[in-house]
Amino acid sequence: MKHLDEYRDGRVARALLDQIRAAVTRPWVLMEVCGGQTHSIVRHGIDQLLPASLELVHGPGCPVCVTPLEMIDKAHAIAQRPEVIFCSFGDMLRVPGSRGDLLTLKGHGADIRVVYAPLDCLRIARDNPDRKVVFFAIGFETTAPANALAVHRAKLEGVANFSMLVSHVLVPPAMTSILQSAQNRVQGFLGPGHVCTVMGFAEYEPIAAAYRVPIVITGFEPVDLLHGILMAVKQLESGRHEVENQYRRLLGRDGNPAARALIFEVFETVDRKWRGIGSIPKSGYRLRHEYRAHDAERLFEVEDVRTNEPTICISGQILRGLKKPHDCPAFGTACTPQHPLGATMVSSEGACAAYHSYRRHLGEAAR
Amino acid sequence: MCLAIPGKVVELFDRKGLRMARVAFGGIQRDTCLEYVPEAKVGSYVLVHVGMALSVVDEEEAARTLELFREMGQLDELDSPQETER
Ligand code: SF4
Repeated sequence: MKHLDEYRDGRVARALLDQIRAAVTRPWVLMEVCGGQTHSIVRHGIDQLLPASLELVHGPGCPVCVTPLEMIDKAHAIAQRPEVIFCSFGDMLRVPGSRGDLLTLKGHGADIRVVYAPLDCLRIARDNPDRKVVFFAIGFETTAPANALAVHRAKLEGVANFSMLVSHVLVPPAMTSILQSAQNRVQGFLGPGHVCTVMGFAEYEPIAAAYRVPIVITGFEPVDLLHGILMAVKQLESGRHEVENQYRRLLGRDGNPAARALIFEVFETVDRKWRGIGSIPKSGYRLRHEYRAHDAERLFEVEDVRTNEPTICISGQILRGLKKPHDCPAFGTACTPQHPLGATMVSSEGACAAYHSYRRHLGEAAR
Repeated sequence: MCLAIPGKVVELFDRKGLRMARVAFGGIQRDTCLEYVPEAKVGSYVLVHVGMALSVVDEEEAARTLELFREMGQLDELDSPQETER
């Protein structure tokens, strides 16, 4: 298919790898921010094709992984109510809360529906006027435009039985929090291409300048990733620290202003807790007061949930680039995609799940 | 979750005042909301995430990037475009 095949071309990939090998003279640590990039890197074995001195560490950019346990437990409490139709993206269904997951609740009779698009929930709400339709609105900036439009339309059209449980997270504050850590190892970033189609990349410029790190906004196909790595390595080797855009075919500096305008109309910034990491200031969205009639957190009084997280899990260190899945004693044994113990095993975009599905737990690939 | 893929706009329509399109991803077609990309036309490639088009593929930039790759290696084979799809 056009605009996919070209970016999976093995000849281009080999040419880029040669250039990367020629450019690297010292050890460097790069972080890809986005879980989709992690998945693509591990799937195509890109990290293993790179020169040994060039290390990729995997960032916190998997929204399913970082949704806090408290929020998952809240979602489960709401989903169990008899008057509720609980709508969610499919990849949230197997995420373990303190007591089970949505799929199990569904098996016990809760009305839980998987939606492809948030707008679909409005149709479900119109078709079921006597029920309360709640959408679990998680995601990064990429997903915010669709979620914002759904709740905006609900207000406009007076769909009173539609609400959203919002747990949105934002990339730049997470990058800043990684860079501020005393143990930080990351020297450059592959920036989140899809997030930037919405947000543009102006907000990354102060980060690159303040922490003197190159940030290359990068796409998701193998050739995009190799190209982004090459651009970041060239910056590191020449002592530059700029924001560069590898993903030019899909975004410019300004992203999508129309989408952003609606996001800011509907959402406001709040401190958010990230699963495995902890609270990060100003790192998420919640609904503005004007949308309180559609805010599930206000509509459903959920008694303070007491959470229960396994202590063996080191996903917090993995999400900050300090450890790799192999470093966890539970990886591939007590913790598998079928029985995930922690944040980074729950979604296919989490580093532990990606390593596991491409059989890195068997050790053949450990470097 | 942040997966977004390019697809080709095959038909435009209106749903309750929202600008919508049928978008083809290889063999499958899906209804996609075009509210944020008013410039998309039939034949445009749009990047779609959870039913929402987020940007339009800039064909000039796409060609420029491919040209860059061509210059990097002896990638003359790339000059013959793959007519796999239309
Ligand atoms: S393998 Fe499981 S327990 Fe270990 S860090 Fe990954 S998610 Fe946590």
